[in-house]
Amino acid sequence: MTDTANEIDPYAALQDKEPGKPQRNQWLDVWDQFKKHKGAVFGGGFLFFITLAVLLGPYLWTVDAQKLDIRNKNVRPIWIAIWDGGAKTLWHRPFGTDNLGRDLLAQMIAGGRASMAVGWTAMLLSLSIGTGVGVAAGYFKRLDGLLMRLTDLFLSLPILPLLLVAVTLFRQPLRANFGPEGGMFILIVVVVGLTSWMQTARIVRGEILALKEREFILAARSIGTTSGAIIRRHLLPNVISPIMVSATLGLAVAIITESALSFLGVGFPSDFPTWGKMLADAVPRMEEYPERVLLPGIAISLTVLGVNYLGDGLRDALDPRIRGR
Amino acid sequence: MLTFTIRRMLTSIPTLLFISIVIFGLLQLAPGDPMAQVPLTVPPEVKQKMREALGLGAPVYIQYLKWLNQFFIVEPQFLIDWMTRDSFLFGWLPDTQFSMVYDPELEKLVTQQRNISWQTRSPIMDIVIQRIPQTLWVVGLAYIVGILIALPIGIYSAYRHYSVFDQAGTFITMVGFSIPPFFTGPLLIVIFSVTLGWLPSIYDTTHVVNDWASFKYQLSQMILPVMVLALQTTAQISRYMRASMLDNLNQDYVRTARAKGLKEGVVVMVHVLRNSMIPVITVIALGVPSIFGGAIITENVFGVNGIGQLLITALFANDIPMVMTITFIFAIMIVVFNLIADVLYGVLDPRIRYD
Repeated sequence: MTDTANEIDPYAALQDKEPGKPQRNQWLDVWDQFKKHKGAVFGGGFLFFITLAVLLGPYLWTVDAQKLDIRNKNVRPIWIAIWDGGAKTLWHRPFGTDNLGRDLLAQMIAGGRASMAVGWTAMLLSLSIGTGVGVAAGYFKRLDGLLMRLTDLFLSLPILPLLLVAVTLFRQPLRANFGPEGGMFILIVVVVGLTSWMQTARIVRGEILALKEREFILAARSIGTTSGAIIRRHLLPNVISPIMVSATLGLAVAIITESALSFLGVGFPSDFPTWGKMLADAVPRMEEYPERVLLPGIAISLTVLGVNYLGDGLRDALDPRIRGR
Repeated sequence: MLTFTIRRMLTSIPTLLFISIVIFGLLQLAPGDPMAQVPLTVPPEVKQKMREALGLGAPVYIQYLKWLNQFFIVEPQFLIDWMTRDSFLFGWLPDTQFSMVYDPELEKLVTQQRNISWQTRSPIMDIVIQRIPQTLWVVGLAYIVGILIALPIGIYSAYRHYSVFDQAGTFITMVGFSIPPFFTGPLLIVIFSVTLGWLPSIYDTTHVVNDWASFKYQLSQMILPVMVLALQTTAQISRYMRASMLDNLNQDYVRTARAKGLKEGVVVMVHVLRNSMIPVITVIALGVPSIFGGAIITENVFGVNGIGQLLITALFANDIPMVMTITFIFAIMIVVFNLIADVLYGVLDPRIRYD
């Protein structure tokens, strides 16, 4: 009865003419767009490299950064020997040593550790404060006026002078309680975090205000989702991209601020190397040993440049209006 | 617009009060005794008297109100007196003597007690006023130079979007944005004053300009600090200028202007530029106070004897009245320039109506 040759596969019409593509998700699209921004790829790569270098560096280069070796003081970096044969260079001190004979490569690694640790922690602190304030102000109407007024007030504080004042004044008690390095770390992270959350809060609030009026939030609320769950499950995943962009900016600001404080002499104790401190210590003798200024300075600048480019690329990649163009 | 300005000025009063409380509270909470430097041989009752003379015995709110009174009432009186007595502009007016009070013991007018620095024992405002011109010369000039460089770069890179110039300009502004002044300062010193020997590395504030040679020297010593500060300004402002020009170049009115046969120069430099300048001018106004804050580092690098340097030395010397005053001056500048930016935005852009 039925002619098998004429039987039509009922799903054939729905099949694509071309071979099926692997499934795409949002993050693959973001990655594709991100790859197009060369500066961002370089910036991200450099940030990854420097983070890895300061994390693994002490295991690969096991010289103690604080060990004095007064016989081998003021050794020039090894590359000076290329054009100046008479310079004092040593193969086991590739970046040279400072005026107390401390190894500069080990100091760069240790200093990078301190700078990056301060940068990441302060960024995370300022990000969580900013996101918290932004979400609270955007979601709860009662808090909005108060919190945004507070944000405006914080924005009109003179940040650098206040940072200087806070660090100088609270240095002693924190050092007494948490040790010289731990106390300074806590102090710098807290003051940088407390004074740089305002931009994040403003951006997050704006996004939340717009998202709150959308149907999916109404739907979530109509099935009885609590405010906390709405914020956690529906709002926060949707504001993750502006938060990531301001995270990169926050990292750059935190690294620069820490270095600036160290440079002005109110940062970590004098035997504890950070990039800013190394730069500050090298300035009086930069005529004879310019490399001691250049090494930490270039490290700070390249890290910040990389972070800024990463932020630029992320902003483009995470914006669905730009993506795919 | 006038009502907006007045309302905006009134709302900045609580802001200033909040900032003053933050500054005052921070310094109150801080440990550290102003009497710590007094020798141990001084007997305790004398120490107590000295403490009271410094006003440290009074309750905290009294200290706070007295500080505000000093800052907002007593110091302006001295300023008015100085203007009517010595200044060129108002010297013809009768001497006001606002700052004088009648002392019944001496039976004559004496000057009021002023807020004094613990370092130098002289009135704080006098020192600040001596230092401000140094900062203004270097920082102000750097800001102007930075803007003058930034605007053409921004305009041209937006006009030739994605050209080589634009790519290079974006890269250079990104670099300028990322390199902190405490690195560019020493770097430029190494290049221009150590290696090449063209320019002095330290800014000599006592230098007097009275002839052509000294003027040339003044110019040469200003180049380095101005370059360092101008690099930061240029990077920021040219980014804004470029973004704002790009926004406006795609607008319909630009096509209309071209369609009715206007020259390209007129379209870009008159129609587009004027509209793009609106946000840029507010950014310029908002940047003025932050450049003063950032100048702390530059002044430190080049030894400019300005207000930032004063803050640092006062901090290290535990000179709390001086620190409070300078920090509060920075805060007032931020509030004032925020106000100026808000008002300018309304004045320049007729689409924005605050009422």
